Amino acid sequence: MTDPITPVLTRRWAEPRSWSIDTYERTGGYQAFRDALRADPDELIQLVKDSGLRGRGGAGFPTGMKWGFIPQGPTGAGAKPKYLVINADEGEPGTCKDIPTMMADPHSLIEGCIITCYAIRAHFCAIYVRGEALHPIRRLANAVREAYAKGYLGRDILGTGYDVDIVVHAGAGAYICGEETALLDSLEGRRGQPRLKPPFPATAGLYASPTVVNNVETIASVPFIVSGGSDWFRAMGTEKSPGPKIYSVSGHVERPGQIEAPLGTTLRQLLELCGGMKDGIPLKFWTPGGSSTPLFTAEHLDVPLDFEGAAAAGSMLGTTAVQVFNETVSVPWAVMKWTEFYKHESCGKCTPCREGTYWLLQILERMLHHEGTEEDIETMLDICDNILGRSFCALGDGATSPITSGIQYFRQEFLDLCAEQPAAEKSAEPAGAMA
Amino acid sequence: MTLPEGMPEALGPLDKPEEVVWAGLADQPIVGGVFDEVTSTRAKEIIARYPQSRSALLPLLHLVQSVEGHVSQDGIRFCADALELTTAEVSAVVTFYTMYKRTPCGEHLVSVCTNTLCAALGGDAIYRRLQEKLGTDGEPLGHEETSADGAITLEHAECLAACDLAPVIQVNYEYYDNQDVDSAEELVDALRRGEKPHPTRGAALTDFRTVELELAGIFPDLAASVEGPSEAPETLLGVTMAGDRGWAAPAMPDTPPALPEKK
Repeated sequence: MTDPITPVLTRRWAEPRSWSIDTYERTGGYQAFRDALRADPDELIQLVKDSGLRGRGGAGFPTGMKWGFIPQGPTGAGAKPKYLVINADEGEPGTCKDIPTMMADPHSLIEGCIITCYAIRAHFCAIYVRGEALHPIRRLANAVREAYAKGYLGRDILGTGYDVDIVVHAGAGAYICGEETALLDSLEGRRGQPRLKPPFPATAGLYASPTVVNNVETIASVPFIVSGGSDWFRAMGTEKSPGPKIYSVSGHVERPGQIEAPLGTTLRQLLELCGGMKDGIPLKFWTPGGSSTPLFTAEHLDVPLDFEGAAAAGSMLGTTAVQVFNETVSVPWAVMKWTEFYKHESCGKCTPCREGTYWLLQILERMLHHEGTEEDIETMLDICDNILGRSFCALGDGATSPITSGIQYFRQEFLDLCAEQPAAEKSAEPAGAMA
Repeated sequence: MTLPEGMPEALGPLDKPEEVVWAGLADQPIVGGVFDEVTSTRAKEIIARYPQSRSALLPLLHLVQSVEGHVSQDGIRFCADALELTTAEVSAVVTFYTMYKRTPCGEHLVSVCTNTLCAALGGDAIYRRLQEKLGTDGEPLGHEETSADGAITLEHAECLAACDLAPVIQVNYEYYDNQDVDSAEELVDALRRGEKPHPTRGAALTDFRTVELELAGIFPDLAASVEGPSEAPETLLGVTMAGDRGWAAPAMPDTPPALPEKK
């Protein structure tokens, strides 16, 4: 049985100047990549497969398998240059784990990038960081500079003959660029719009070449897996969702914050660590992994928060962005605010998402002004049905999550807003808006 | 389709488009208007980082924004010339991303998160108060509008990825955590007096144009700007609690285990 909190990625965060290369090396950093660069790249891929590491960006795809898809060999696609792209475009509402990671311990990510590039036989890596994350960008740029100065990046690293370069690339404000193919288009200097898959990035990614796109937390885990081995990693979490995970608890709790715990931890356990609900006001609804993951309620306090557990209970693990809302918050209002977000961030490429989010917002705003009807609820569900699975990427799917789950668990609240017809009692302020 | 002048055929045969031969960056410095040699050199430095030049477009747009405080038509032309793109191609990109401003920004850009969680904890109220405060003649300041004194451009932002520190405000993308209406007002008052209150996390506050240069990947003084506080008590919640209670991840083996053979 592991401890309730298992700091691995967060272990260095409280160290003085935790982000400097001196602190990183003093606490065991830049050892793993020395072993890795002496190994056969395929053995590293096997190690990550054996560890069971799954993508921490939301989808939970097995990382080793993703690396294994990169074509190798002297002919065909294998002969093309290969690339590693780090998705550091953290923007899913509620998600706030990668920014503190890059701020506090950028070298874990850099060392993970070197090992991953070597494993997939890439010589160029771009870290695509959301533009608004200015200080993490400075910390990464500084870490890259420090690593070059020590000879850990660049030509003939540590005399192994292996070369790799890392570029820290700032985005410019577009949630959609967190979608991996939109991110690649953006990194190529275009509008960030998703591509049709297949072909997948593993065969035609950056510059139409084989590319691995992985999240910050995923790649920052790699040096620890190399040092500790797959059995050590699997000692945390569950069989299908092994390892530690940074849970970001926010909202109406006494002590919000970042808690790195084994996958499968429940909200009940997290709430206990966070000192319970703020001012003792009861829990009403929460997201297990950002606003794109269907809402949970107080019924779901004991759902194990791993990839399987969250899915079995009708939601998704997502980014373990646990946003907690108490009884004072109106569900239709919260859903309206999230819909505003998706409408703003829809890239406009696919009609169901572009038009659907626009009309969903109109309806929700109308409802909150007491001008909605019962029929609007069915109309919204119908629109959601026409968005879900009918767009290139998951933004559209995510946009439907708060609406369908909100109506599923709190239909009466939507009905109550409609029952306050006729419009004679219209209020200037939307119902349920918070102070 | 009919045109006012009649059918397109009536216009007669079209001239062949004039062939444009790009001078290329190496031979000709891209200097003109407000963009000097320094900017041109920086542009080349940025382009050289990427396997393909077009990847430098987003950083170059941050670069021109650092010079002019917004992306002007001249800025678009500068990027197009530097990357051998058309201005239409560059414009298409500029208009897609919210961080590129099409009208001049104030000295500081104040972004208030009004996404659901921040809004529920007071972000909406903060934004409304700042709109009123920064407006003129009782007219609240609108999204991406600048106060009459030119000190502040105000915007509401989507999730700024600091939800454990909600409600959050950014000034020039530096974090001011755990805000309320009063603290936000004080912050804005101080900015308008020409003061630069230190962010909760991040480097000492500068101004919008300076940080845009950093976003372009040019760091005039990284050794200084990399410093600054960054770990709030919320950030360290788990690791501090683990320390206090003696909790830890399972111990790693003393030496790394042998790597598995490829299966």
